[in-house]
Amino acid sequence: MATNDIYRIATGAGFSSDRLDPAVDLVKRGQLDAIVFECIGERTLAFGHRDRQADADKGYTPLLERRMRAMLPLCRKHGTRLITNMGVANVRGAAEATADVARDLGLAGMKIAAVLGDDVSDAIPDDARLSEPGCTVGEVGRPFIGANAYLGADALLPALEADADVVIAGRVADPSLFLAPLRQRFAWRGDDWPVLGAGALVGHLMECAALVTGGYFADPGVKDVADLAAVGFPLAEVAADGSAVITKLPDTGGRVDEQVVKEQLLYEVHDPAAYATPDVLADFSTAELEEAGADRVRVSGGTGAVRPEKLKVTVAFDGGYLAEAEVSYAGANAAARARLAGDVVEERLARVHGSNAPRRVDLIGVASIHASAVTGPDESRDVRLRCALRAQSREEAEDLLWEVESLLNCGPSGGGGYRGHVTPSVMTYSTFDRVSPSVEVIET
Amino acid sequence: MSRRPLREIAHARAGDKGNRSNVSVFAYAAEHYPVLLAEVTPARLKREFGGVLRGEIVRYELPNLNGINLVSVNESLNLDGHGKSWSSLILGMEIEVP
Repeated sequence: MATNDIYRIATGAGFSSDRLDPAVDLVKRGQLDAIVFECIGERTLAFGHRDRQADADKGYTPLLERRMRAMLPLCRKHGTRLITNMGVANVRGAAEATADVARDLGLAGMKIAAVLGDDVSDAIPDDARLSEPGCTVGEVGRPFIGANAYLGADALLPALEADADVVIAGRVADPSLFLAPLRQRFAWRGDDWPVLGAGALVGHLMECAALVTGGYFADPGVKDVADLAAVGFPLAEVAADGSAVITKLPDTGGRVDEQVVKEQLLYEVHDPAAYATPDVLADFSTAELEEAGADRVRVSGGTGAVRPEKLKVTVAFDGGYLAEAEVSYAGANAAARARLAGDVVEERLARVHGSNAPRRVDLIGVASIHASAVTGPDESRDVRLRCALRAQSREEAEDLLWEVESLLNCGPSGGGGYRGHVTPSVMTYSTFDRVSPSVEVIET
Repeated sequence: MSRRPLREIAHARAGDKGNRSNVSVFAYAAEHYPVLLAEVTPARLKREFGGVLRGEIVRYELPNLNGINLVSVNESLNLDGHGKSWSSLILGMEIEVP
């Protein structure tokens, strides 16, 4: 095999709200074979189902049109394939919306593939067993929202073999978005576990975009990152054996070195020797990292074993409402006044509203996020009371907002800056199933 | 022996998947990896931060990276429902360094 047989694959987004300019820069200057946009989280998907239930044309990622409008002309010009899970809960709708953008931009002859089959909402029986909390779907006792299987690289291969310019999926395991084009390019077999494990490691390192190029890393004076405001997104130069160099474009911010890549190697990982994907049970514990020049890290040694028999399925249920309300106290004795305010809210929720909803009260500026773990000796003079409550009904959620706002007149002295909001929430659990994916292609 | 904050010899990153969060901790220098193993134990973390790191804490060891991976359960009503700030919490603990 020629030594220059390197597949150049970049990440254009690592979550649904990720920046767009680094992706534009990568396609313009990166001589890319492919760029991957990863835009789904567990909650994103559940909210996608809700959006689609409200409007049958929606349910895909909200920024789809903006991303496609910027990327399609560049991808066509530079011969870069775009692979994404932006379809979320409406893959066909996302493919059609993308085709509309392409036509609108005068891009004729573009092939846009929709990868279908992850949505198993209609196929999950009430007696399907959930691994947590250990009951069946029917026994959860909450309204069902939707269920999606994590598809693997297999599901994307027919779209790649059909020469699609844009491949749009819904729920696909994040590393598989990268593994699929690598499998196609290097003709890796679906049961070559070591090489699939190595490819999954590359996908895992790449899937969160800036997290491997210096985002989520800076700690001023301790771990500095140059030009963080212009942090570049990653580019992997992958070889046929599944090893790769992780890098970024010159003249972008950020840093790619051993420390950064190590942190990302274990990000969202539990057992590093058994990272389950639909394609392979990957083993990252044998990985080796080596700095290979400025902002270049060579990754090798990832391996794997036979893949799980069934696909993981995320099942989403209505989680009721999350209420959050805040009010500030400042100046002398601020912490004592905020503490009193919190006590008043607690007492009235119990006595006036008879509420036993799960709730929590924090003093931001004294101890908020780590409240029960750390207590500082010094009391801040600038304290924000935060109350949160999980309710089954909107009215019960609004009771919390009402109680916190009424502190303005009825609570301790000098409370101000009230803000409150109620957000619908979802609960997600997992089960396992077999599914049959398929691909449809639209040509503009 | 000197008593120092963990952050002087190690860096860390927190991530979440479902209702579980993980914090990976890496020694800057290979000679400090045994210090991580000795000092950053599930029992010690449970004792110091049990109010936040709930349930069982599982530790995986990665000698090839001079790192450890800690897995625990997060709490959805917390302002930081994903446990993203746990890396800073753990780096603040005081450890004995030879």
